[in-house]
Amino acid sequence: MSGRSAVENAAARDAILARVREALRLPAPAPHVKGRVAAEVTARDGERGLTILPAEAGRPWLPDGGDSPAESLQILQENLEKLRAECFRVSDLAAARACLVEQAGKRGWRRVAFHGDPGVESLVQDFPCSTHRVDAPGAVFDKDALEACDAGVTTCECLVAQTGSILVSSESGGRALSILPHAHVVVAAVEQVVPMLADALTLVRQRHAGSLPSMLSFITGPSRTGDIERILVLGAHGPKELLVILVG
Amino acid sequence: MIAPTPSPASPHQAPGSHDPATAKKQFLHDAAEHVRDTGHRSFVRKALGGYYKSRDAQKARYRDWEQARDAASLAKWSAVNRLDELLPRFVANFEAGGGKVHWARDAAEARTIILAILRDAEARSVIKSKCMTSEEVHLNQAMEADGYGVVESDLGEFIQQLRGEPPYHFVFPCMHVRREEISDLFGRHLGTPPTDSPEELTMIARRHLRRMYVEADVGITGANFLVAETGQISITENEGNARLTVALPRVHIALAGIEKVVERLDDLAVLLPMLATAGAGQPMTCYNTLYAGPRREGECDGPEEMHLVLLDNARTALLADAEQRDALQCIRCGACLNVCPIFKNVGGFTYGTTYQGPIGSVITPHLRGLADWNHLSGASSLCGACTDACPVRIDIHHHLLHNRRNAARTAPSRLEKLGHRLFAFVASRPWLFAAGGWLFRRMLPLAKAVKPPLLSAWLATRDLPPAPRESFRAAWKRRQR
Repeated sequence: MSGRSAVENAAARDAILARVREALRLPAPAPHVKGRVAAEVTARDGERGLTILPAEAGRPWLPDGGDSPAESLQILQENLEKLRAECFRVSDLAAARACLVEQAGKRGWRRVAFHGDPGVESLVQDFPCSTHRVDAPGAVFDKDALEACDAGVTTCECLVAQTGSILVSSESGGRALSILPHAHVVVAAVEQVVPMLADALTLVRQRHAGSLPSMLSFITGPSRTGDIERILVLGAHGPKELLVILVG
Repeated sequence: MIAPTPSPASPHQAPGSHDPATAKKQFLHDAAEHVRDTGHRSFVRKALGGYYKSRDAQKARYRDWEQARDAASLAKWSAVNRLDELLPRFVANFEAGGGKVHWARDAAEARTIILAILRDAEARSVIKSKCMTSEEVHLNQAMEADGYGVVESDLGEFIQQLRGEPPYHFVFPCMHVRREEISDLFGRHLGTPPTDSPEELTMIARRHLRRMYVEADVGITGANFLVAETGQISITENEGNARLTVALPRVHIALAGIEKVVERLDDLAVLLPMLATAGAGQPMTCYNTLYAGPRREGECDGPEEMHLVLLDNARTALLADAEQRDALQCIRCGACLNVCPIFKNVGGFTYGTTYQGPIGSVITPHLRGLADWNHLSGASSLCGACTDACPVRIDIHHHLLHNRRNAARTAPSRLEKLGHRLFAFVASRPWLFAAGGWLFRRMLPLAKAVKPPLLSAWLATRDLPPAPRESFRAAWKRRQR
């Protein structure tokens, strides 16, 4: 592997870790927290240091993600709207395809990228404009071909009602498909909506037990920036448009 | 002066070459200049106006913001205080995912490591996403000196790179720049026609940088969190530039301070929304991405190599200060800058530091020496707005007091000492105190007219109050009669 020699690296590591151990010999004063969290946490105080409440405690102080699937779905849709993502609710895959075709026509897409997922493939089969599969078996990943696409269609791991986020991973279309094209279309089942961020993290850990995907990304609205005079502009470097097609 | 450029003496301009005595001089000079610049002050205030509104709207969505702060604070407190255990655990898990960890004791070592990786990767062009740690170690200058083409991809950082300036604010790098100036800047460097639309300006940068992502050999990012239990690094951004920086080049290098470790993946369920709300008034930052290593077998894209440089650079010195250790909990949201009356009046460049504002004033003396940077401890009204704004409950304004105390202990000012001794001598002798007061009341109008050297700085912008006719003791005696 590149970089410095392993010996030099180990020496630096040992020096830093020795400094850390030395520094921590002096205990810090108690954290500046009060109220219920502090009380519950103190009760769990282990050997050294404190740990925060586990996710299953529900974290009732964070923004709400809904108590029922219907409520979560409603919160998700409200959040997506505020984030200026567009959400389409359809009954089945055939309707999802019709929706995608309509949007592609309306937005003048000439080339749509997708990945090898049965659901996604069925949506772009015999598509009115040309298509590009990013993960065609045996092919080398073609950055330029993807860059020339107007939209990328992906699946996702789940959707988070609490924040209006979509969790994609390197297994739901790779790293570039959901970020390089001008528009990102997510196709998901209504059942994939979870209430809270903590639920999304629990879900991916269960699904990919032992080996998490090399990339997991919470996408919360289309790409944006406020760098010029703190004025919001969509589509800084990532997709300017984010379309969510919810099936079911 | 609309957009102040840092004076040539600014210590952040030339790495390693600054004269310590100039840090304080430069601060006082630039502060005086900015305070008089009402145009700049009102521009910065206006830019922050929208932040206050959206932050409050988002905070209102929390069912209990204060408890959320407790939870975020505890997650970081617990990690910082168990760094000896969590840091090796993180590294073991990260390396199991195929990434390589490099340890850097200081800035020079971090630069050497990264240059060696670039050399071995036979890189020519480097694309960077926003990384304050790289500003801290002056990475760009080192890479450019070695002949690499380096492009900052975050819009604000891109603008600052073209301007040849460091970031003005560590979250909003070019918040001090007006759109007309950006239009001129793009016209000069990119040959684009003038426009006053922030949207068009953003699209110019988008179009310009697009090819760079595709063509760059190496992508350099920072990291916001290092998750010990899963060995993932978490990167927070709004524009998508960090996602592109990691996705497209062959090699990914991340540079992060050792204090970024959190114990559990689940801690992010609290920290990610808190960071977004406190820092930018958002429910979540647009992209929060966890990377567990380079491209895996069976994955279609991603870098062949992933390197993580873990930087100490005096963080362990701050860790050794148990009283101020909580300053390492900082998640760099920038909330304390946004609410700080000093920041809003003196502006970001005046600090002359990588990390501006209240948190910068606390940590810079630890990172770069209290003797040279103690003047920042006075860059505060001690109003506590920073402490109230901090999502991880760092006791910022008290730490400024602690730094003042430590400075007085380690390098007491002779003049101050003499002054206090004189005061003690006078105050413990009532007759002398009364005589002194009598004299003071008579001298006050004289001081107003003469402006003696010790008072002149204070009197330059303030009026002395009128002298009272009698002493408090005399007035009290009269009332008792």
